[in-house]
Amino acid sequence: MDELIVFLQRVIPDFIEGTKITLQLTVVALALGAAIGLPAALARVYGGKWLKKIAVAYIELFRGTPLLVQLFVIYYGLPDVGITLSRFGAAYLALGLNSGAYQAEYFRGAIQAIGSGQMMAARAIGMSQIKAIRYIIMPQALRLALPAWSNEAIAMVKYTAIVFLIAVPDLMTKAKLIAGRYFNPIPVYITVAIIYIILVAIATVIMRTVERKLETPGLELETERH
Amino acid sequence: MSKLPIVRIENLHKKYGDTEVLKGISLEVQEQEVVVIIGPSGTGKSTMLRCINLLTIPDEGRIWLEDQEITAPHTDVNKIRQRIGMVFQDFNLFNHLTALGNVTIGLTKVLGMNKKEAHEKGMWELERVGLADKADLYPAQLSGGQKQRVAIARALGMDPHVMLFDEPTSALDPELIGEVLTVMQKLAREGMTMLVVTHEMGFAREVSDRIIFMEHGVIVEQGPPDQLFYAPKHNRTREFLWKITELYGKDRDNAAPASG
Ligand SMILES: Nc1ncnc2c1ncn2[C@@H]1O[C@H](COP(=O)(O)OP(=O)(O)O)[C@@H](O)[C@H]1O
Ligand SMILES: [Mg+2]
Repeated sequence: MDELIVFLQRVIPDFIEGTKITLQLTVVALALGAAIGLPAALARVYGGKWLKKIAVAYIELFRGTPLLVQLFVIYYGLPDVGITLSRFGAAYLALGLNSGAYQAEYFRGAIQAIGSGQMMAARAIGMSQIKAIRYIIMPQALRLALPAWSNEAIAMVKYTAIVFLIAVPDLMTKAKLIAGRYFNPIPVYITVAIIYIILVAIATVIMRTVERKLETPGLELETERH
Repeated sequence: MSKLPIVRIENLHKKYGDTEVLKGISLEVQEQEVVVIIGPSGTGKSTMLRCINLLTIPDEGRIWLEDQEITAPHTDVNKIRQRIGMVFQDFNLFNHLTALGNVTIGLTKVLGMNKKEAHEKGMWELERVGLADKADLYPAQLSGGQKQRVAIARALGMDPHVMLFDEPTSALDPELIGEVLTVMQKLAREGMTMLVVTHEMGFAREVSDRIIFMEHGVIVEQGPPDQLFYAPKHNRTREFLWKITELYGKDRDNAAPASG
């Protein structure tokens, strides 16, 4: 027991470092994913022919190939065409682009669940299409997309572990290093598993709180009927 | 009647694919006139109303709103629609906004009013439809009749010159129809110009100045209620009126409240 405590004291700073990086990757990937996914969803629903095609191509490409392939192409492949990214740059970009494709589909589903009557009513009082999207469609669609988005956020905490494969020093990479240094892999990986569970639990609590905060009486009920 | 009509439609045509839904509709609506449009379903009544505020773009024909031809090229549809209120069969209230929010969103985001002005005007419009006490409720917390009255208040908030109603009571339970018709009747008395697609014959008889019978994309017959009810020129008009009076029953006639 004492041995374990001494061991943990020695490795805790490394775990904390790794956890910080994992959280950073999660937040940036989700933010980048939202920044890409929302316009992609809007392009797919409201865009002209070409915008639609570009959005669909992006979404299908990133949902249809393994995240690992995307990460390797971005990190090892892009330098061939003159774009060299740092490990972190490649990790952010791969996770962000991948999440963006999934988020686009969640947003699109939510936008399309709103029903054409809302847009028609907005246009009927003289709103432009842009304003109708901004003030009528999006506030409802974002609320509808929230449960799916929450799941994406929670899953992203775990997806980030893939950056271990390009040696970004996240929780997983740190674990590998520690396990190697002390020839004692089992307690290390159990500790890592526990940290992931705690992070996921925290993410879940945050998302459920946000969901409750944004609840509108009957909105779910109302849209379920469409 | 030498005054400029509020709405003038000339030879309106609309096709969906190969189906010609409107086959040359011409119509004038004078200021303060209440026109009821009846006709079998699928006849093009909704399409015609939607053409008037350009939610549907006509294939052929011209439409004037007061002195402006709205079917002319390069008109500002958003400006035009502010002068035309529309009320839908299924309300289409903005589900994420309170009753008051439904009325004020157009005031702030379309007309550019400040919050305080919009709030006052919004409350006043809700007052007009008898729902000031429901201002803070969301659509899901309102009955169907209340939703439709909020939808009317939302349209009125934009100070429209004419109101279009597309079967405003068809989605309502029978006991909720009266409260909506009461509001519409009050509006008519206040001098609002109205085009109403409805099967409420009590309302048509008591409130309208003119009834138009449409079928298969054309106006078959039109005239004052008494003429259509008691001396229709066309057999089809008589048959249709007979049928909907059967369908909607005598007690429905009472749904339209007596004046006062
Ligand atoms: N957006 C549309 N696309 C294709 N067909 C339509 C559309 N809107 C209406 N129609 C068709 O046009 C015809 C007339 O519809 P509508 O104007 O709604 O009739 P009404 O209101 O008299 O019942 C119907 O056959 C309907 O199916
Ligand atoms: Mg209709």
